Amino acid sequence: MSPRPAVPKGARTAARQGEGTPVSRLLAVEQLTRRFGGLVAVNAVTLDLHLGEVHAVIGTNGAGKSTLINMLSGEIEASVGRITLDGQDITRRAQYRRALGGVGRSYQRTTIFPEFTVHENCRLAAQAATPRPWTIWQSAQGCAASNAAADAALEAAGLAAEARRIAGTLSHGAKRQLEVAMCLATQPRVLLLDEPLAGMGAEETDRMLTLLAQLKATHAILLVEHDMDAVFRIADRITVMVNGAVIATGAPAEIRVNPEVRTAYLGEGH
Amino acid sequence: MTTTPSSAARPGLAGPALIPALVAIALALAGPTLGPYGADLMVKMMILSIFALSLQLLVGMTGLVSLGHAAFYGIGAYVTVLASGSEGGNLLVLGLLSMAGAAGYALVVGALSLRTRGVYFIMVTLAFAQMAYFVFHDTPVGGGSDGIYLYVRPAAGALDMENRTVMFYVVLAALAATYALLALIGRSRFGAALAGIRVNEQRMRAAGFPVYGYKLAAFVLAGALAGLAGCLVASRDGVVNPELLGWHNSGEVLLMIILGGLGHLRGAVIGAVAFTLLKEVLSTHAMVGPLANHWQLTLGIAIIVFVALLPRGLIGLAARISPRNTP
Repeated sequence: MSPRPAVPKGARTAARQGEGTPVSRLLAVEQLTRRFGGLVAVNAVTLDLHLGEVHAVIGTNGAGKSTLINMLSGEIEASVGRITLDGQDITRRAQYRRALGGVGRSYQRTTIFPEFTVHENCRLAAQAATPRPWTIWQSAQGCAASNAAADAALEAAGLAAEARRIAGTLSHGAKRQLEVAMCLATQPRVLLLDEPLAGMGAEETDRMLTLLAQLKATHAILLVEHDMDAVFRIADRITVMVNGAVIATGAPAEIRVNPEVRTAYLGEGH
Repeated sequence: MTTTPSSAARPGLAGPALIPALVAIALALAGPTLGPYGADLMVKMMILSIFALSLQLLVGMTGLVSLGHAAFYGIGAYVTVLASGSEGGNLLVLGLLSMAGAAGYALVVGALSLRTRGVYFIMVTLAFAQMAYFVFHDTPVGGGSDGIYLYVRPAAGALDMENRTVMFYVVLAALAATYALLALIGRSRFGAALAGIRVNEQRMRAAGFPVYGYKLAAFVLAGALAGLAGCLVASRDGVVNPELLGWHNSGEVLLMIILGGLGHLRGAVIGAVAFTLLKEVLSTHAMVGPLANHWQLTLGIAIIVFVALLPRGLIGLAARISPRNTP
């Protein structure tokens, strides 16, 4: 990455620009590349996720954003490159082990369990941390740790009142909230959120952004999102991808005025 | 604020324990009054219920549709016969050996087949079952296509399977134990994870579950329970042949759980009973006259009609009659 003048956004952001802050850097991605046959879906992407920061990745459809998330969460293997979590190389680690290591993700297409209740959705996700599958004499519903994690996640996501409803009967916005709540129930440190605001109304978007603002104090957040207003409101740093490659990374104010970005992506609307 | 999780919102896999327990007690009390034909038919239905329950763990609880489940049933049966000497064998030892043999094969089949999914999984399980079928059919290990006879039925002290009454209660106890085990699993963390895998495997992996390991565990356990049913059927019939492992047998047990209702333990038992009774009635001249010669045809038609009218199985019929049970 080319050196960039420190953005006047506060001491913490400025300090992070240097190399000497491994404490806040949770996830580091170096030269990550994924090829599908002849197509390079993600091309030599390098980025860092820091505690206390919402890092948005924007780009047109097909820019490789979802492929990037899938590689970070372990659903797709990287062709080339390195992913480290807390300094440990996790590039070839199985998805479930990354999840247990603190990498949580939500999906662009809602992937809740529609026939279970809202609480059961979260309890099941939380159960991954205390699996103990051989204790068949204990009921899953009685697992105190999972219930506590599920309650906390529902509370945080603003779904506590809906806990007993069958998840499939929720409104679209509430299903998106549940998607994020299930991710939180696994108590991750890194959140990879794939378009959490897709299809949400203004009020629901506000609520989700408030939640993200709260969560970033204790999490490193990667946000892939198409809603530009929301991105510029919440993001501390923005990476712009075009055709699988990063064309710019910086603070929102920088990105907004970056001529390359304006030509390639933001267009006349901004 | 949420304090406790909801329990009644969704029909659990296990359902209330009361009805199955009452049925088991009723069967135990009715045993002596059944007569030789009734008791024998009942034993047959109970063994098939264990077999169907073991498949329900895979299909209904985990979402893995296997078309090779009879291999484990047949292996269990062959192990019982092959491990019995000319003076018979110990029932408990043979039961455990049958389960271990079937579980061992399930471990191999599962480890390989669970890397595929959907229709490929169905085909791979079928292929492995046919492989086992031909091992017994074409090699002298199990007497070839004629099968082998059991000289003396297994016994363990007073539990002598040569005694028809004892056999009835042994099979009933095995069925009750299988049902109870699966009911416990249904409400446990393991069962919850299996249900999650059935509904959305991708999300389970993202949450941090080693999905492959869970599926393999379910596959091996299902194989072991099918092996138990196989041990019992060998003890009942006193003879085994390769047809026990045949694909039509795998198909029949799948039909039983579809007929009874997928995803419910009761559905497996009801399906096994209904299927056996249907087959019994439709192949008896006294009941259906000359049509009995074409029982495969009439059975097929009857099943098509049932599945068309009751897409959720016979268990869906109960839900339709009493609205309290509808989800």
